[in-house]
Amino acid sequence: MKTCGILALQGDFEAHAQAVQRAGGHAVQVRTPLELAACHGLIIPGGESTTMLKLLAFEGLTAPLLAFAADKPVYGTCAGAILLAKQVTHPAQASLGVLDISVERNAYGRQIDSRISRVTVKDQSEMEAVFIRAPIIRSTGPAVTILAWYQGDPVWIEQGSHMATTFHPELTADIRVHQRFLSRL
Amino acid sequence: MSQSNVSNSYRFSNEIRASDEFRVKVGFAEQLKGGVIMDVTNVKQAEIAEKAGACAVMALERVPSDIRRDGGVARMANIRIIKEIQRAVSIPVMAKARIGHFTEALVLEALNVDFIDESEVLTPADEEHHIDKRTFRIPFVCGARNLGEALRRIAEGAAMIRTKGEAGSGNIVEAVRHIRTIVKEMRHLTILGKEELVHEAKNLGAPLDLVEWVAANGKLPVPNFSAGGIATPADAALVMQLGAEAVFVGSGIFKSEDPQKRAEAIVKAATHFRDPAKLLEASEELGEAMPGLDISKLPESELMQTRGW
Repeated sequence: MKTCGILALQGDFEAHAQAVQRAGGHAVQVRTPLELAACHGLIIPGGESTTMLKLLAFEGLTAPLLAFAADKPVYGTCAGAILLAKQVTHPAQASLGVLDISVERNAYGRQIDSRISRVTVKDQSEMEAVFIRAPIIRSTGPAVTILAWYQGDPVWIEQGSHMATTFHPELTADIRVHQRFLSRL
Repeated sequence: MSQSNVSNSYRFSNEIRASDEFRVKVGFAEQLKGGVIMDVTNVKQAEIAEKAGACAVMALERVPSDIRRDGGVARMANIRIIKEIQRAVSIPVMAKARIGHFTEALVLEALNVDFIDESEVLTPADEEHHIDKRTFRIPFVCGARNLGEALRRIAEGAAMIRTKGEAGSGNIVEAVRHIRTIVKEMRHLTILGKEELVHEAKNLGAPLDLVEWVAANGKLPVPNFSAGGIATPADAALVMQLGAEAVFVGSGIFKSEDPQKRAEAIVKAATHFRDPAKLLEASEELGEAMPGLDISKLPESELMQTRGW
């Protein structure tokens, strides 16, 4: 079976590991370049993007992660989507530039504005989505396909074998996002 | 897919705890796992904390060791300080309300802090009741020394538990006692029969549905963090190896010789808590830790952990 790594520097990596299992996959926690090398794909979980950036640098994981993303699938949720973006605003911060998207941090507001809503998937179905101090994807490049929308903004996008969601599918029973990612491994 | 596949963490028998609102609160607490929440008293400290990789800051007027030294009544922080910190950093900002002081909590909610800590570090406002946290939209974290206390706080609506330790002491012994106690009590529940759980719920002074949930899952239904006495990277790694999922560091950072270095080192330790080589790396060249107190020599009246019921 293919191994789905979960970046476990900080954040809800355990919830992602459980979601991967529910979707029929095999998950391992990744904290070092050696652990990353053993994976067929990587999920960057929710958490604090500033904390993860700092720990990636501490760890010397930034370059290995970029090399990994050059030929293996990577999926980022919330903070993970912020890390993978080409441009980050509110406030501006460094990012890995794997996905041709521009992301505004904490775009809905503080925790009081966090919510569970229903988003519209490309196949016209609905999906329950947990937004927590979520970012908004403000623009997408030509190589990006939008897979779901909320209030007119893209909330689930794909670029080649990479994916990002601004919400947290790992916190719901719906396994479609994780299934789609696992099928790319 | 069938409902039975839903992670049990998000299912409760109690309607309120199964609500979207509670799921959002616990979902946010999940995002803080593996991280370090740092006490800060001004913008400069908040910026140092954010730069060092804190996953959130706790805005307060004085760190616990100063509260302990000064004595008197410790209250919710000055609003101006909290507002300035909210403006200065992009990471979540938490703040403390006194135990039972629900109007301080209402003020903090109106201020849009991201998490409220109903904290024994401040002087309790009510010696019998805690805040009914279910009526708030902002999530709450509460301290606990044992499983019964943790489950009572969850029943009141807490979305995160932190073991109390002894705040401002720089001594990890109480934090260790409390996380070990809770883990042992949870483990004990997992081997009991259904009729024994009813009796155990009585002993713990906790609702039966929560006792049954813990018995079935072997963990708390909300994230379980540790606080109170963490002063070194090894302290953080110790409580995490014992079962804590993240750490709060109060006086330990800004009462040390080199706060920036120590903050970074504790952040590293919280991530690599099982990796001795990384812990060694984090523990080197840190300068002096905060001075510690021998808790056995503290008079009972000076303990913070015995506040809350």
